[in-house]
Amino acid sequence: MKYTPIIGLETHVELKTASKMFCGCSAEYFGKAPNSHTCPVCLGLPGALPFPNKTAIDWCVMIALALNCEINKFSKFDRKNYFYPDLSKGYQISQYDLPFGKDGSITVSKQKGSNETKMIRIRRVHMEEDTGKLTHAIVNGEKVSLIDFNRSGVPLVEIVTEPDFENEHQVVEYLQKLQKIVRYLGVSNADMEKGDMRLEPNISLQKEGETELPNYKVEVKNINSFRFVDKAIKFEIIRQTELLEKGERPDQETRGWNETKNATVSQRLKEEANDYRYFPEPDIPPIEFNQTEIDALKNALPELPDEKQERFEEKFNLPSYDAEILTRDKALADYFEEAVKVGNEHNITPKQIANTIINKKTNTEEILPAKLIEMISSESKTEEINPAELNKVISEVVSENPKAVADYKAGKEPILQFLIGQTMRKLGKKADLTVIKSAILEALK
Amino acid sequence: MDTTNLTIESILEGYRSKKFSAVDVVSAYLERIEQHDKDLNSFITVTKAEALKEAAERDSSGDFSLPLAGLPIALKDIFSTKGIKTTAASNVLKDYIASYDATVVTRLKEAGAIILGKLNHDAWAHGSSGENSDFGPTKNPWNTKFTPGGSSSGSAAAVSAGFTPIATATDTGGSIRLPASFTNTVGLKPTYGRVSRYGVISMASSLDSIGHITKTVMDSAIVLNATAGADGLDATLHSEKPDDYTKNIKNGIKGMKFGIPKEFVSEGLSKDVSDVFEKTVEALKSLGAEIVDVSLPNTEYGIATYYIIQPSEVSSNLARYDGIRFGNKRTEFGEEAKRRIMLGTFTLSSGYYDAYYKKAMQVRTLIKNDFEKVFEEVDALIAPVSPTLPWKLDEKNNDPLAMYLSDALTVTANIAGIPSLAVPAGFAQGLPVGIQIMGPQFSEEKLFQIGYAYEQATEYYKQTPNL
Repeated sequence: MKYTPIIGLETHVELKTASKMFCGCSAEYFGKAPNSHTCPVCLGLPGALPFPNKTAIDWCVMIALALNCEINKFSKFDRKNYFYPDLSKGYQISQYDLPFGKDGSITVSKQKGSNETKMIRIRRVHMEEDTGKLTHAIVNGEKVSLIDFNRSGVPLVEIVTEPDFENEHQVVEYLQKLQKIVRYLGVSNADMEKGDMRLEPNISLQKEGETELPNYKVEVKNINSFRFVDKAIKFEIIRQTELLEKGERPDQETRGWNETKNATVSQRLKEEANDYRYFPEPDIPPIEFNQTEIDALKNALPELPDEKQERFEEKFNLPSYDAEILTRDKALADYFEEAVKVGNEHNITPKQIANTIINKKTNTEEILPAKLIEMISSESKTEEINPAELNKVISEVVSENPKAVADYKAGKEPILQFLIGQTMRKLGKKADLTVIKSAILEALK
Repeated sequence: MDTTNLTIESILEGYRSKKFSAVDVVSAYLERIEQHDKDLNSFITVTKAEALKEAAERDSSGDFSLPLAGLPIALKDIFSTKGIKTTAASNVLKDYIASYDATVVTRLKEAGAIILGKLNHDAWAHGSSGENSDFGPTKNPWNTKFTPGGSSSGSAAAVSAGFTPIATATDTGGSIRLPASFTNTVGLKPTYGRVSRYGVISMASSLDSIGHITKTVMDSAIVLNATAGADGLDATLHSEKPDDYTKNIKNGIKGMKFGIPKEFVSEGLSKDVSDVFEKTVEALKSLGAEIVDVSLPNTEYGIATYYIIQPSEVSSNLARYDGIRFGNKRTEFGEEAKRRIMLGTFTLSSGYYDAYYKKAMQVRTLIKNDFEKVFEEVDALIAPVSPTLPWKLDEKNNDPLAMYLSDALTVTANIAGIPSLAVPAGFAQGLPVGIQIMGPQFSEEKLFQIGYAYEQATEYYKQTPNL
């Protein structure tokens, strides 16, 4: 029997605001001494209260706007109550029924390399706070758990999709696009290794022809790279297909990606939903936006990756392959545009610049755009070669490389490149390649 | 001279004219505490050495220009104090020493006040009699067989007994006004959003008001001058505030119109209280105010609404006391805290949220609307604080519901977020009776003006208990 994968995705993006979500502590925690960025608020000490960070809220709204979301004009924070030692207050401040953004989308290609697209609906974009971090260690021969609250209260944006993904390719492309967008906005480094971006796909399989969603869902955690999300989904599709083929319903559970086993492994069964006893956070008044404020944030959005790619294709007449690479990183795109401007004055085309940047992997951090243009134009200049001199050199090369000549004559055409190279070297000049090539072909006749 | 029965203004006047020193005053209060608090149990911690040291420093600086320079204060033990035990009157925090000061504490210190110690109360501010304290009940200075009211039992008893001229307190459902009315003191429950809650251990976050208990209305206004206003730490605070709450305090109440909510003076009111209240009404009339009957029809749902919202928030706020990083184990929670944690956990549970919490929030809006409508017609509302006189210790201890009902006349001000000022109104059977003056949000200035006129005409504040 055939099955259709039903995949949804929850992504957490950590914002790079100067201070934490609800207090004045520095939000930078990576590599800092444990508990050095803490205060009564993020430690959840008796009497401490949250005071929301306006920049973080604005950035969350900007992400929502960049993802084509509708902004809730009346929004609020809610408490999500649960117990865990890394949660200092016994509840997490999050958003429940009125997230800042809702009903957005990202469009991806249906299959790798296909022109057909698939729209992934985004259900919600909401703001919450990060938790502390537990480390299990042995100190003085005793097994202990250590808590570091530096990360406690760092602003997190959660982006939840509808279960619209049909395969792992769509998930990976969605994630690449999302990562590009938040980096373009300058609101997060979205660095997977540092945990700035955390992914939780949920995967289930639907029998072909059925319309109802499957009656189970497998959530996969601990995925710290796009490559692993690709592998984890592939793995789950196979694992779940095998179970279904045997007539078993896969367990509703949370699984983790195990890098060494190259497999997902069960972490905990989740037959019933947790009761988080959500209720409106009484310490923070509801947050209201008017249209002017929303418009101002909308106007502050930079040109986003998709728009930029499209513009590069049209304005610079680039293939989408080139345009996509050049717009992956905003700094690279800016570099390219700067080089195009200089190139215009020296008859260098955008395509020539794109080729150089992409094929030669130009170090755009060290070579200034003007210097790059200089390099391209000097490379494209050729020197006049005296035909007599050229023929002399070629006959030398032919006689010095009898095996190569024989190979070529036996049909190994690529060997021609070798002979061209040898000729160039002996000439010691930048000659027109086409001239050399035709002279060699003539000599070999 | 006895400096333990003076107002803020007269203490400051004494300092400035060198009639007595800060050390004189602080020592006098400390001696009185030492002598009499064993009978009342109003203090949990007395910070004698630090207080005397600060008083001496104040004297040697000779600077008495600050609004509360050298003024002794005592703090309900739910206000975080850096370096001083902050127990919430619970065994859970029996040995907890806060690492920071609550905003109100910082502000009172900055205004020059000297901390005498930390005051007893119902653990976590859960209660109406002070008997839920894990440090033993506080007794009423007017008759030690009786409760001083709660939860701010120590604050009221200490001010009434002359242990301190100022005590901070909190009011979530009546916890300042009830004990003030039981002890012949003035209790202010400010508007929600007037005084910072930062550093005050949360009971029910949407209802908690941070106020104080004093001997007189003028003192209450002077203290509010120091404590009110935004601090960048409590997101629910209102940023604008009057320059000086005492400015119009002596302007009288001639021509003002007061409403008496009929639901507050219905059959539930005891004869003793209603007799005192009738006299209050006459006194206000003779000061030139017009009195009309008004109705707050949703008052009857007050207690029910309160006992959904409050335990819900309590259950969440007490979750951090897990004994992992500070404090003792959860098994140290007393009966009342456990009761509220269970009630609140239940009412917030999925499947019950809509029927309880959500419904309660809807009724909350109705109660707010009742007040807003009435305040279109009257300047303020006048009502008794408690339907009964103070009751005997142990009388309601085993009947939580009866205890809850003693807040019937106070909870609606918390639900609506409006200010209410409790002022002494006389005595019955040798026990104090108080009235409350309620006004629209942020109308504290007017409440002081009304309270002051009434207080100066009746002068009950001049009566003190015999210890």
